[in-house]
Amino acid sequence: MAKNYDAIIIGAGSVGLPAAMSLGALGVKTAVIDKMPSAGQGENKHAIGGIRATHSDPGKIIACIRSIEIFSTWKEIYGDDIEWLTGGYMFPVYREKEENLLKSFLPIQRKYGLNIDYVSPDVVSEIAPGINRDGLLGGTFSPNDGSASPMNSANAFFRKAKETGKVDFYFKEGVKGIKATHISNSVLNAGSNANSDSNNFVVETDKDTYNTPILIDAAGPFSRQLGKIVTVDSKPANLDIPVFPDSHEGGVTEPVEPFFKTMLVDLRPAKGSKNYYFYQNAHGHIIFCITPDPPILGFDKRETSLFLPQVAARMLNLMPSLKNIRVRRVWRGLYPMTPDGSPIVSWNKDVQGLLHATGMCGQGYMLGPGIGEIISRMVTDQLTESDKIVTDEFSLYRSFGGEEALK
Amino acid sequence: MTSKRITQHPVLDIPEGNNVSFTWNGNRLEGREGEMLSSALFANGVQIFGHHHKDNSPQGIFCANGQCSQCLVIADGLPVKSCMTPLREGMKVESVEGLPKVPEDDNIPTFEDIDSQIKDVDVLIIGGGPAGLSAAIELGKLNIKTLIVDDKDRLGGKLVLQTHKFFGSVEDSHAGTRGFEIGHILEKKLAELSSVEIWLETTAVGVFSDKVVGVVRENIKDGSNGNKAHSKYIKIRPQKMLVATGAREKMLPFPGNTLPGVYGAGAFQTLVNRDLVKSSERVLIVGGGNVGIIAGYHAIQAGIEVVAVIEGLPEVGGYKVHADKLERLGVPIYTRHTVLSANGKDAVESVTIALLDDKWKAIKGTEKTFKVDTVLIAVGLSPVNEFYLKAKDWGMDVYSAGDAQEIAEASAAMFTGKIEGIRIAKSLGVYNGDIPDEWISKAAVLKSRPGVPLSEDALSALRSYCRDNKKDSDGGSNDAVNGSGSVENGVMPVFHCTQEIPCNPCTSVCEEGIIKTQDDKITGLPYLTDIKKCKGCMNCVAICPGLAATLVDYRKDAQNPTVTLPYELWRDTVEKGQLVTITDVKGEIMGDYPVERVVANKKKFPGTLLVQVKMGKDVAKKAIGIKFQKFPIESIDVPDTSALPDEAVICRCERVTAGEIRSAIRNGVRDVNQLKGINRTGMGSCGSKTCRTMVLAIFRDEGIDLKEVTERTDRPLFVEVPFGTLAGMKG
Repeated sequence: MAKNYDAIIIGAGSVGLPAAMSLGALGVKTAVIDKMPSAGQGENKHAIGGIRATHSDPGKIIACIRSIEIFSTWKEIYGDDIEWLTGGYMFPVYREKEENLLKSFLPIQRKYGLNIDYVSPDVVSEIAPGINRDGLLGGTFSPNDGSASPMNSANAFFRKAKETGKVDFYFKEGVKGIKATHISNSVLNAGSNANSDSNNFVVETDKDTYNTPILIDAAGPFSRQLGKIVTVDSKPANLDIPVFPDSHEGGVTEPVEPFFKTMLVDLRPAKGSKNYYFYQNAHGHIIFCITPDPPILGFDKRETSLFLPQVAARMLNLMPSLKNIRVRRVWRGLYPMTPDGSPIVSWNKDVQGLLHATGMCGQGYMLGPGIGEIISRMVTDQLTESDKIVTDEFSLYRSFGGEEALK
Repeated sequence: MTSKRITQHPVLDIPEGNNVSFTWNGNRLEGREGEMLSSALFANGVQIFGHHHKDNSPQGIFCANGQCSQCLVIADGLPVKSCMTPLREGMKVESVEGLPKVPEDDNIPTFEDIDSQIKDVDVLIIGGGPAGLSAAIELGKLNIKTLIVDDKDRLGGKLVLQTHKFFGSVEDSHAGTRGFEIGHILEKKLAELSSVEIWLETTAVGVFSDKVVGVVRENIKDGSNGNKAHSKYIKIRPQKMLVATGAREKMLPFPGNTLPGVYGAGAFQTLVNRDLVKSSERVLIVGGGNVGIIAGYHAIQAGIEVVAVIEGLPEVGGYKVHADKLERLGVPIYTRHTVLSANGKDAVESVTIALLDDKWKAIKGTEKTFKVDTVLIAVGLSPVNEFYLKAKDWGMDVYSAGDAQEIAEASAAMFTGKIEGIRIAKSLGVYNGDIPDEWISKAAVLKSRPGVPLSEDALSALRSYCRDNKKDSDGGSNDAVNGSGSVENGVMPVFHCTQEIPCNPCTSVCEEGIIKTQDDKITGLPYLTDIKKCKGCMNCVAICPGLAATLVDYRKDAQNPTVTLPYELWRDTVEKGQLVTITDVKGEIMGDYPVERVVANKKKFPGTLLVQVKMGKDVAKKAIGIKFQKFPIESIDVPDTSALPDEAVICRCERVTAGEIRSAIRNGVRDVNQLKGINRTGMGSCGSKTCRTMVLAIFRDEGIDLKEVTERTDRPLFVEVPFGTLAGMKG
């Protein structure tokens, strides 16, 4: 017997978990299907935990400001310690190029409510003690940004979603088929598309079959593959969702006595890499990551020997006091990239009832709770004005021509 | 502070070394230059190295092997593993209280390019123990460019700790020779082979998907840093890799299981046998396998009292001759017993044990508490196979040998090392022959579990066998079996050897060639082909690794024969004329007798004393042991120690208890990776090396089919490395 739901989310990760939580809270009977064995075991846990509203475009700023509200009050409201730390984001500046770039974002950032300043070298070294002062020109600092534990958050969102009594999780189930049947002129209770047409989706996994009028693609790096198996009335829908993963490596050290809290992002490029960033988390671990240049495309998540010497040298150049801290472990995770570096949060115009919330470009963890709420309002047709700024910007039908500067 | 050094040892030489001074939390102490900090601290009576940042619990030694991070101290301002850091003059050592503080440092370093210095080798061997050395010798003989790395400052691996004589056979696994001496023999052989490069103090830290193995080489003095030693991160790209990384000790969950003073039997052997530190005054050993029983024997040799060896099963799993040896010295072995708790505030003060029922539950009212300062855990070993498994994942051509392949005796490791060495040579196309079948069968035999100790029926079958196989004697060859024969004249060995184990050195040292094993198998029990030919050379008594052979000599006095007994404790406990308590094979006292004479052949059979005692012919063939711990150590009355089993710490790095993990499982968790996000299980420095098996045991205990449980994902690094080293920092 097929199981019936008001909405089905593919992917129990950075976006799927908070979306499920928000949908459940609105009373939408939701199933979450994931091929991994438990919550947040795909790319979510590969995130290093930074959460910033310091972006250069309104959509991300709006979504992340809301995410930060959710993350930063979580323990107080719901009790789970997700290890939130208000440490801010610091982009130290050593060259005019970065100075100009960062300063150019300030107006739009402030317009959408971000608390951010360009600060002096003295303030930079006060916030990041031991930072290399040689040539330091200053930096931007956004004090309300912070960090939390992706693994703990995933468990907390999972728990909270289940607590609504409306959400069922199906783990260790790979989606094999998505078969939509077109239904004309019928309005389903939870479905709320622009027109009154809708679909019934039959989601076939390797274990079971599920029915729903609303299918949410939160499959991250696998969205393109997912799009390709969608059929409507037995005909391939020919969806090509522009999500192309590349991979980044991250690492974590032993814990040491806390001596800085901010996320430090060095935007300067070097041989083989673009920016890199690190912070000290609530337990005292330094967690770090680097952006390879050129990007390493594809699904390969195997750790390489290139990462550590490369990132370590760059970090020590920025903060020499890190030199004796011992690295504990490394990992490699996927950034589900879109051509312009911005997410896709959008109804599919060709397949009624299919909602894409994917292509988070490595920012799914920080965008997740904010986007999750927007998804729940898209499904229940309750979009706010500021939501519409986000959904317009993250439409699947934009040109994908630009490039986000702070990605 | 009192010095806790072993000043006399029946087998080992007391090392000489420069004494240097260092400070511990500001107090001036002395230690031996170059010894590991942990041993220097133990020698000064320090066994609490800090307090955990999460719950302020005292921290001390656990693995003594560079694998965990329990023994962290601050040396000259930097957090280091004390068991892997050599002591230098003037070192300032401090305990780690909470999280270590990062010293300020504005000195911007310069870097070497690590990637431009990748080292290509034909074969990389990780681990210079019995397996790695044996493989390296085979590869060296074929002139294959091989690099062998080992994290310690000397080769030999765990052979270094083995003061007892090895089993196996003389010709191919050095049976009858003490483990540490076998290490030296292998090392010498290897030194002659120029294609093998040896890097000591070199820790393999990770294996990566680009088929590169990262190692950290310590204490390099190449002038690049003035005269100061420095460490260097080096990438190695091997064509073939052999993982011969040995084993790690399993841990048990019980309340108090992480108190300083609870540690592995192997860690204990490192302290007492490698570093000659008298780590304890009195120990109790949990686990009756060979490791536990031998650790008990080593403790006695180190002058440490042993309360008992306890074992959950109805029989000990170790060789019977090992167990007999220990019981004869006066150490009881309690089977069907478990440890309930280790008790104490900052360190172990006592241990509580209890009898188990048929369902493996402790029986109320059978609890016994003993005053001890140390509880040694010897409940089995797990292969150190993370390098092997990762390299396999990455598609490297990787091999494993020794305990990393399958847990077995070191003699077996030498064989699997040889076999894998040849397999690698074949895969390189350098060697075209076959691996000798004989090696494969020997390796299998050496890995075999000991047989069931023979019953009376089986012994009488053996006697008939001996009779049928005798050559030219008129009977009595069965006298050699368990001292049960009837001949009471001449001179003859008596073998108290009633369990089939792979061991036959007695057959090769007999000057008359009259000792054989049943069916000439290495696992066969020994017998004499012609009792009359024995001239009383005593070689079989001196070489027997189980100390299970005596020589009974009726020639001078047929009523009161002279019995020669093997003995491996101090000479001054068996001086001529001294009364010694003689026991039978199980430790039952047969009476006190004066020592007639002590024979020692230091060159041929170092460490074994042959003690000659005269006794009545009625007991002469039964005598085998000299009791050392004359009186049993009594339990003490203590108030009810009602610690709950769920208080046991499972993940010692993150201080996660059995109760916390159990509750997560009851809430539906089936993915070990998910546990990290719930209670941090397995996120510590050891990378779940210690808790892995205990976590799975809780799932099983909760009735969960392990097929439903997702195992944790392991990632490099397997050992923590400072940023500066990874970055190729100069100076």
